[in-house]
Amino acid sequence: MGQSLQVRETPGRRISLSLSAENVSFRYAPGSPLVVDQVSLRLTDGALTGILGPNGSGKTTLLRLLSGTRRPTAGRVLLDDRVLDRMSRREVAQHIAVVPQETELAFEYSAIEIVLMGRHPHLGLFTVEGPADIEIAQQAMASTGTAPVADRLFHQLSGGEKQRVVIAAALAQSPRLLLLDEPTASLDLGYQLEVSTLLKGLNRDRGVTMAVSTHDLNLAAAICRELILMRDGRVIATGATNDVLTPDNVRRLYDVEADVHVHAETGHLTVVPMRRVPR
Amino acid sequence: MNIRRRLLLVVGAFTIFTGAVMVWAPTVGSTDISLARTFDRSIPWESNVDAQIFFVARLPRVLAGAMVGAALAAAGVVLQALLRNPLATPFTLGVSAGGSLGAMLAVTMNLEFGLLGVTSIPLASFAGSLIATAIVYALAASQRRGLSTSVLLLAGVTLNSFFSALILFVQYLADFTEALRAIRWMMGGLDVAGYAPIVAALPFLLLALAAFAVLPRTLNLLSAGTEAAAAKGINVVSAQRLAFFSASLATGAAVSLGGPIGFIGIIVPHLVRLLIGADHRIVLPASTLFGASFLVLCDLAARTLMAPLEIPVGVVTALIGGPFFLWLLVKRS
Repeated sequence: MGQSLQVRETPGRRISLSLSAENVSFRYAPGSPLVVDQVSLRLTDGALTGILGPNGSGKTTLLRLLSGTRRPTAGRVLLDDRVLDRMSRREVAQHIAVVPQETELAFEYSAIEIVLMGRHPHLGLFTVEGPADIEIAQQAMASTGTAPVADRLFHQLSGGEKQRVVIAAALAQSPRLLLLDEPTASLDLGYQLEVSTLLKGLNRDRGVTMAVSTHDLNLAAAICRELILMRDGRVIATGATNDVLTPDNVRRLYDVEADVHVHAETGHLTVVPMRRVPR
Repeated sequence: MNIRRRLLLVVGAFTIFTGAVMVWAPTVGSTDISLARTFDRSIPWESNVDAQIFFVARLPRVLAGAMVGAALAAAGVVLQALLRNPLATPFTLGVSAGGSLGAMLAVTMNLEFGLLGVTSIPLASFAGSLIATAIVYALAASQRRGLSTSVLLLAGVTLNSFFSALILFVQYLADFTEALRAIRWMMGGLDVAGYAPIVAALPFLLLALAAFAVLPRTLNLLSAGTEAAAAKGINVVSAQRLAFFSASLATGAAVSLGGPIGFIGIIVPHLVRLLIGADHRIVLPASTLFGASFLVLCDLAARTLMAPLEIPVGVVTALIGGPFFLWLLVKRS
C-alpha cells in the first residue's frame, strides 16, 4: 500500500518557491550581541541547501528567522515577495515546515497522531481531519518509511524512527519549503545515513525545497547541492557544494586544517579533519 | 477509527455516564426520600419534606459538584498542556491560594457584604483568585516573548506558599469560631447556600468552557514545545494567554463555589488519558464531563459514608487522590 501511494507522487505538481533574507539581523534580548548579523541570502528553488558553521554561529537562529518563528531585529525575510512578519503563523505554516533537532512530547501520542498534527495549518478552528488529510498523512508516512509504526506510541520509537515521524509530520503540512535543524545530530551512524538518504530522496522525488543545518560536513557533501557557510552570525560563503567546500573554507569555519577530496566510489567530496589551527 | 467517530463515541459515553450520575445522585442520601412525593405538586411545599430535601439540600450540591468538578478537571487538562507538565494541577499556579486567602479574610474580618444573593466569602475568594492570576501573569509576561512556562511555574509555586503563609497568619489572628470556619472552608465543601452562588459562578464557568472549546488542537501542538508549535502555525503568545486566563477563571470560579477541593484536576485528566489516549480534542471534553460526575460521586460518598456525619468532600478527594498521585509518580519513573 505504501508503494502505490508513493507512485502517485507527481513531481510536476510542485509550485515554485522564493525565500530570501535581506540584511537580516537578530538578537535575543536588547543589548545582547547579534546572533545573526546582516545576513542576505536566497534559497534556490527546488534545491537542498546545507547550512554549515561551528556551534553558536547562528544556524538555528537563522532557520528560526527563515521559518518566521522569530522576527528579525533588522532586515526582512521575503516569501514570494511577501514579508514573512506580516503573514499569520497559520499562513506561513501552510508553506514552510520545520524539523527541529529533537522532539520531546509532554504526552503520549501515537505516530499517526503526530503526523496528523501537521495538517493543523490547513484545518479550520473546529474542523477535524477529513479523508483527504488522512491520505496526505498516510502518504507522508509511506514516503518516510514510517507507515509500519503508525499506531505505535511516539516515545517508544527508536531515535531514527522518531526523527522520520517528525519529518513525516512536516511533510503532512504540504510545505513548499522544509527547514531542518541538525536533523541527524542525535542519531547514530546508521540512522544518520537513513535520515540523510531519506532527505535526498524526498528532495528529488517530491521536489520540496530544503535547507538543512548540520555539523556533518560529509553528510552535507553527500546530499546538499548548495551550501551556506556561517560563522559568528555572518555568511562567509555561499554557492555550489563543490565550489564552496574547500580546505580554505573549512579552515575559515572551524579553525581546522582538513583534507578535502573526491571520494572515489560515491563521487562526492569527503572531508578529513587533520589538525586544529589558531584562528 | 477516525477522530470524528472516536470523539462522538467517547464524549457520548461520558455524557451518558455523567447524566446518569447527576440524575441518580440527588435521589440518594442519609434520609430516604420518595420521588413520587418529591414531585407531587398537590402536596404544599411547606409540608413536603421530601421535596425540601431534594430541592434545597441535595440538588444545589449536585449542581455545584458538577460545576466545580468540570471546571477543575478541565483547568487541570489545560494547565498540564500549557506547562507541558502532566503533574500540574489547577492549584499549581497560586490561583486557588489567592482565592483561599480572599475567603479567609472574609471569614476572619467578618465581612458581611453581598451581591445578587451571593455572600461575602465566595465573592472575596473570587477576587483573591483574580488578584493572584494578575500577579502570576505579570511576572511570567515580563519576559520579552510570550509567557515563560518556567517563570509561570516558579511564580505560581512561590505565590502558593506565600499565600499559604498569609492564610496561616490570618487564621492565627482569628478567634476560635472564625478559625474553625476558615479551616472548614479550606477543606472544600459543596454545601452551597441555595442556588444563588451557582447561578453567579455559571457565567464565568461558561466563559472559561467557551475558551477551552477553541484550544484542544493548540494544546496538542504545544505539547511538543512552543518553537515546534509556532512552526506548525500556532500563534504561541495568544494561545498561551488564552489557556492561562481561561484555566485561571475556571479555577477561581470553582474555588469560590466549593473551596480548594484538591486532586480532581489531576486524577480525572490522567484517568481519561489512560483510557482514551492523549488527543486533547477528546481528553478535554471527556475530562470536563468526567470531572463533573467524579466530584458528584465523591460528594455522595462524603455525605453518606459516615451519615449523619458529613466528611468534607475535599478530604474524600484527597484520600483517593493522594495514593493515586503517588502511584502515578512511581509509574512514570
